[in-house]
Amino acid sequence: MSTLVSVRDLTVSFVTRRTSLEVVHGVSFEVREDATLAIVGESGSGKTVSAMSILRLLPENAVVSAASRIEYAGENLLTAGSARMRALRGREISAVFQEPMSSLNPVLTVGEQVAEVVSLHRRLSARQALERAAELFAEVGIPEPRARLRSYPHELSGGQQQRVMIAMAIANEPKLLIADEPTTALDVTVQRQVLELIARLRSRHRMSVLFISHDLGLVGEIADDVVVMREGIVRESGPVERIFHAPQDPYTRALLACRPRLDARPRRLPVIDDFMRGTPAPSAPLERPPDGAPVVQAKGLRKEFRLRTGLFASRALVAVKDVSFDVARGRTVGLVGESGSGKTTVAMMVMRLIEASGGEARLEGTELLGLTAAQMLAFRRRIQIVFQNPYASLNPRRSIGRTLAEPMRIHGLGANQSERYERARKLLERVGLPREAMERYPHEFSGGQRQRIAIARALAVEPEVLICDEPVSALDVSVQATVLNLLLDLQESLGLAYLFISHDLAVVKYMADEVLVMRSGEVVERGTPEAIFRSPQHEYTRKLLDAIPRGIEGRHH
Amino acid sequence: MAAVLEVTPENAWTALWRRLQQDRVGALCLGIVVAYLVMILFAAAGWLARGWSEEVGVPYANPGFLGDRPNLEAALQKGSQHKGVAPDLRNVDPLAPKYEEWAKRTGELKGTEAERSLTLPWGGDRWGRDVLDKAIKGSQVSIAVGVVAALCATLIGTLLGALAGFYGRWVNDGLEWLYNVFTSIPSILLIFSLAAVLRTGAFAHLFASGIWTVVIILAFTGWTGMYRLVRAEYMKHRSREYVLAAQAIGASAASRMFVHILPNVSHVILVQLSLLVVAFIKVEVILSFLGLGVPVDMVSWGTMLSEAQTELVIGKWWQLAAASVFMAIFLTAFSMLTDSLRDALDPKLR
Repeated sequence: MSTLVSVRDLTVSFVTRRTSLEVVHGVSFEVREDATLAIVGESGSGKTVSAMSILRLLPENAVVSAASRIEYAGENLLTAGSARMRALRGREISAVFQEPMSSLNPVLTVGEQVAEVVSLHRRLSARQALERAAELFAEVGIPEPRARLRSYPHELSGGQQQRVMIAMAIANEPKLLIADEPTTALDVTVQRQVLELIARLRSRHRMSVLFISHDLGLVGEIADDVVVMREGIVRESGPVERIFHAPQDPYTRALLACRPRLDARPRRLPVIDDFMRGTPAPSAPLERPPDGAPVVQAKGLRKEFRLRTGLFASRALVAVKDVSFDVARGRTVGLVGESGSGKTTVAMMVMRLIEASGGEARLEGTELLGLTAAQMLAFRRRIQIVFQNPYASLNPRRSIGRTLAEPMRIHGLGANQSERYERARKLLERVGLPREAMERYPHEFSGGQRQRIAIARALAVEPEVLICDEPVSALDVSVQATVLNLLLDLQESLGLAYLFISHDLAVVKYMADEVLVMRSGEVVERGTPEAIFRSPQHEYTRKLLDAIPRGIEGRHH
Repeated sequence: MAAVLEVTPENAWTALWRRLQQDRVGALCLGIVVAYLVMILFAAAGWLARGWSEEVGVPYANPGFLGDRPNLEAALQKGSQHKGVAPDLRNVDPLAPKYEEWAKRTGELKGTEAERSLTLPWGGDRWGRDVLDKAIKGSQVSIAVGVVAALCATLIGTLLGALAGFYGRWVNDGLEWLYNVFTSIPSILLIFSLAAVLRTGAFAHLFASGIWTVVIILAFTGWTGMYRLVRAEYMKHRSREYVLAAQAIGASAASRMFVHILPNVSHVILVQLSLLVVAFIKVEVILSFLGLGVPVDMVSWGTMLSEAQTELVIGKWWQLAAASVFMAIFLTAFSMLTDSLRDALDPKLR
C-alpha cells in the first residue's frame, strides 16, 4: 500500500509575546492509503496538534518550523496557498471532533448543515443537496433519515450528533478522515457503535483514517498502525500487532498495563512511573475486609422531576426509582450505568445536595433525608463526595491551601488558621502532592493532581463515607490508575466506606465489592463483581461488558 | 527547606495588592486615581481651590501662556463701565437728600475689590473666575457623584442579582417584577419623579447638600443593568461543581454566594462598575443642565462643560479644555485600573 500523507520532522511551537514553547519536537509518521493510523497519548502529548497540522487548523500563535514537511499525495501542504487548503479541507481531508454538540451550529437544522457541506464542493441544487444529506444520514445509521433532516442539534442524542458530524465529514468522500477523540464524550455503549461505524465506512469508501485517542485499548480494536506519543515526541510506532504483542518502549508497555484488567484484581495497579523506572513487581491480589455492619443504608430512594407542560399542567419525570444499597466500613459499593441512568442523582440525594422525592438514607441509623440544613451540617463531616470533573469542582479563584482549610474551619477542626494549614500540608502529602502546592491555584495542576486535591478536600473533615462520583472519568487512562491506587490506599488506612460511581464497568469491577447496574433510574442487576462478569443476567449488563475496550483481543475480524 | 514549609497561602487581598504592583500600567493608574482622591480631599477640606468662586481676573482672562492675546470681552465690559455716566435725577428723586450721606458712608468703607488680573494660570470664565480652581473643585463634585453613585448602584445590583440568580424560584420572580417596574419607566421620567420626591417630599430635609440627592437618584435608577448581569452569572455558577462541593463541606448559602461565587464573577462587576462611573459622570452633566443636578452655587465638570458651549463660539476654549482634560485623565485611569484589578483578581493571568 502506498503512503497517502507523510509527516516528516514536524516541529510546532506556541509563541506568546514573551515566550515560545515547543510542544511537538520533530514528529514523523505516515498514513497509508486505505488504512487506519492511530495516534495515542495523554493530554498534552501533542497528538492533536500533530494531526491538525495536516489540515493547517492550528491556533493563530502556533508556528510550524521551516524544516517540517507534510506531504499529501506528493504535495507539500505547509507551503500550499490558502485557496488550495480550502479546496482540500472537507473534500479531500475532513475531520470529526470530540464534542459533537459544540461542533454543530445550534440554530440551523442538521439537514441544512450537511447540505451546506455537500454543496460547498459540488454544484447541486438545494433539493439535490438535501436528498444527498438524507442518503448520508442513512449511511451513518441515523433512523428515519428524512425526518431527521429537519431536527436541530439539541433534539438529537450525543451519539446521533456524532453521526451527523461523521456524515458531514464523509459527505464529499474524502481520502483522509481525521477523527480527534470522536468517542470520548460519548457513553460507553454508544462509543462502541460509533467506533464500528467509522471502521465500516473506512472499508466501504476505501479511505484512510487518522484516529486520535488517549486510550490504547480502544485504538487496538480498529487501528492498523499505531503511533505512541508522549511530551511531543514519538515514543514508538509500528503495526498494531507489534505494538500490542511486542512493545519496545516502556511507556507503551505502561499504557497497555494501566487499564484495570477484567481477569485479575491486583492490590495495586501498575502506573506509568513504575514502567519508566523498570518493570514493576507483580502485586498481590486485592483483599477485602469481610462484610461488616453497614455505615450507610439507602432504601427505596426515589427522585421525580416535575416538567411543566402547560400553565397548570405538569408531568413527573422519574429520574431514580427504588434504589437500595448498604455500604459497610472498609468496603465499596459500585454503581455503574450510562449518563442519564440516575447514578449521580443517587449520590446527590445521599449527600442532600438535591432533595429526594422518597425513600430513606441512613448514616449509622440516623435518617439523613429529613434533617434540617443545620442538623445536616454535623453529618456533612461524616459523609463526603469527590466529583467527576476536577477542572470544575475546585474554585479557580482560591489557593489550594484555602480550599483545604475551609472545611476544617466550618467544622471547627484545628484551633487556628496556622494549625489548619499544617493539617492541610499533611493532607497534601497524604494524597501524594508536595507541600508547596498550598499557595498555588487549581489551574497550575494537571487533571490527576486536581483530582488528588479534590480527594484531599473531602478527607479534610475526616469522613467515614466517601462518595466517588466518576472520579476518574475525566482523566486520561494513564492517570486513572494512580488515582484508583490512591483511593484504595486511603480506604485501607482510614477504613473508609466508598460509594463508587462510574460508567466504566472495568473500573467498577476493580474497585467494588458489590456492583449495582443502573439503567433509566432503575437497578437492573446487582451482585458481586465476579458473578456479574462471569454470568451477566441482564441484556444491558452484557452490552456494558461488550463495550469495554479490549485492545487487539477485541478485534472483530 | 524549612522556610518553604512555613509559607502559608496568602490572603486574597495581599495577593491582589502584590499582583497589582507588578502590573506597571495598573500601578500608574492606581497612582493617578489616588492623586485625584487626595486632590478632592484637599478641595473638600478647603486647602485647595478654596477661592474658586471669587472673581479674581477680568472676564475671560487669558491663560498665562497666552497673555498677549487681545481680550475684547474684558475691554468691552471695562469701556461700558466708564461710559455709563448716570443722568442727573436730583430734581425728581425723592431720595436725593440722602445722596450725600451715602457718599460719605461709602467713603468710610474700604473697597474690598482687589485688582483684577489680566491673565490667570489656565484662564478665566465669564465672571473672571479661575478655571483651574473650578476644575479642581468640580472634580470633587463630579467624582463624588460618579464614583459613589456607581458604587451604590453596584452594591444594590450585585446584592439583588446574587439573590435572584442563586435562589431562583419566588425570590427571582419577585426581583424580576421589581426590575421590570424600574425598566418599564423611561429613565428620565424616573429620575424626575425621584428628584421631585427627594427634593420636596418628606425626605427633603435629610439631604442638605444637593450632591447626595443626585447620588441617590443615580444609584436607584442605575442598578438594573448590573442586576441582570450578576443574576445571569449567578444562575450559571450556582450549579457548578465547585459550588456543590462547597455545599457538601457544609458552607452556608451566604458563604457560597459571596465567598465562593462572587470572586468568580467579579470581572463582570468590575467592568460594569467602570462603565457606570463614566455613564454617571455624564448623566450628572445632563441633570445639571436640566436643573436637577448640583445646585447653582457648586461647580462640577458638568456645569463647566455646559458653560463652555457658549464660550467656544467666541473662541474661549480653556474652560472646555480644563474640564475635558481633568475628566479624560480620570476616566481613562479609572477604567484601566478596573481592568488591571480584573486581571489581578484572576489567578490564571499572573
